[in-house]
Amino acid sequence: MMNYSTDPPGPPDLPAPATPSAPSTPAVHAHDLTVVRGGRTVVDNLAFDLPRGRITGLLGPSGCGKTTLMRAIVGTQAKVSGTLDVLGHPAGHPRLRPRIGYVTQDPAVYDDLTVRQNLDYFAAVLHPGRTARARRRAAVTRVLEDVDLTDHATALAGNLSGGQRSRVSLAVALLGAPELLVLDEPTVGLDPVLRRDLWNLFHTFAADRGTTLLVSSHVMDEAERCHRLLLMREGRLLADGAPDTLRDRTGTPTVEAAFLHLVDEARAAPAS
Amino acid sequence: MPTAPPALAHTPRTPPFSPSRTLATTARVLRQLRHDPRTLALLLLVPCALLALLRYVFDAHPATFDSIGASLLGIFPMITMFLVTSIATLRERTSGTLERLLAMPLAKAELLTGYALAFGLLAILQSALATGLAVWALGLDVTGSPWLLLLVAVLDALLGTAMGLFVSAFAASEFQAVQFMPAVLMPQLLLCGLFAPRATMQPALEALSDALPMSYAVDAMTETLTHPHITAAFLRDTTVVTLCALLVLTLGAATLRRRTR
Repeated sequence: MMNYSTDPPGPPDLPAPATPSAPSTPAVHAHDLTVVRGGRTVVDNLAFDLPRGRITGLLGPSGCGKTTLMRAIVGTQAKVSGTLDVLGHPAGHPRLRPRIGYVTQDPAVYDDLTVRQNLDYFAAVLHPGRTARARRRAAVTRVLEDVDLTDHATALAGNLSGGQRSRVSLAVALLGAPELLVLDEPTVGLDPVLRRDLWNLFHTFAADRGTTLLVSSHVMDEAERCHRLLLMREGRLLADGAPDTLRDRTGTPTVEAAFLHLVDEARAAPAS
Repeated sequence: MPTAPPALAHTPRTPPFSPSRTLATTARVLRQLRHDPRTLALLLLVPCALLALLRYVFDAHPATFDSIGASLLGIFPMITMFLVTSIATLRERTSGTLERLLAMPLAKAELLTGYALAFGLLAILQSALATGLAVWALGLDVTGSPWLLLLVAVLDALLGTAMGLFVSAFAASEFQAVQFMPAVLMPQLLLCGLFAPRATMQPALEALSDALPMSYAVDAMTETLTHPHITAAFLRDTTVVTLCALLVLTLGAATLRRRTR
């Protein structure tokens, strides 16, 4: 496995995080991480760190193990072996539940509730009780603004467009102001304007709130918007580093070209 | 410049069981139903319509209507709640909301109790309508108190809810979930004493019917129908139904896994 350096700081052209050398430990630390699903090794002996307050892009073709890796980090995946520490606890620890926001690829919302009713319910799960009512209301208002759905708050989720529904799903994950946001293909099916807005939002979270983000995508041009990249293929880590570093190392103009270069390299020398 | 994300300011607290989260879940399930008035209407009115139909099928035999009608007052809520719960839970599983909830600080007991409360309330409403109609409008002749009929109907509904929840774990689609109704409930319906007294069945079947919860649901209804007061048999029957509901609910909880393959 080619594991490039783990430390390079974010690219200079991207907004620097508010906490460059923030809490010493990484948000996620993985070592010897392997996941078996249905007798098949889907994630194969990974080692990486996710630095706090940064956006890490998880890139690779469909079926390469991105979602399984994300589910392992969130703690909903069975048969995970090796070391996987998340925010100072082993992945899946009950204390992590309120601190992680996870958005699945398909929007996980109730189609027969309005946008606001969805958010109200999930907010009540996060902050239960009468005393937290004001706080819940503030959180719901905040996330509606974050994902730009304030005007659709009273619409049934099932009547929204695909992109709007995935933004409701994202809004749910933002309710608890999580320290770690794990987003599985959040921009699929969105128009370019919305995609740009969402990426700006992600950068705001990282810069202003110190949120750590792990964003998966199979669209390579989104890679340029990340501080760091993990390139995956067939369950293994092909490369790990800043977009600039990857381009420089492979002598290619784009991350997509760098990825292809690395795939060819791995094919040519399977023994390494 | 903050050195820690704002979320760190509050330490996560996860009490073992939060009534607020349970009630929030109940409210959410009821809100979902309110957005589906047709299901709600079918749920509440179909048992009433069937009882009325039955009353005139046995127009010349009021005693038969009494015994079958009382049994059906216990069976209807079980069947409808079984169907509603199995589909609702299956939806929760397939839409990803269950995975999302279990990745949040929600205890399984809170989710299950929330569901049971919501469907229990609905069952009370359904049973009250059906019992009221049968006793006051259709002339169902009960020796005991109609309130006991209602109590048994609600317990039966809870048993149906628990069974629906349990089988939803084994259904991969709504087609399969619906097919579990004849698979799980029809044998119980045939053996519960509705069609022939259980004591007259082939001994092996009689023994089998002793092991099925619906038999006790129907027996409890018959006790109320024929006795003016609460009998020891009534207490035994209702206890069996309640314990079965709790047992199956616990089994159902075991099928909600935070980590999936």
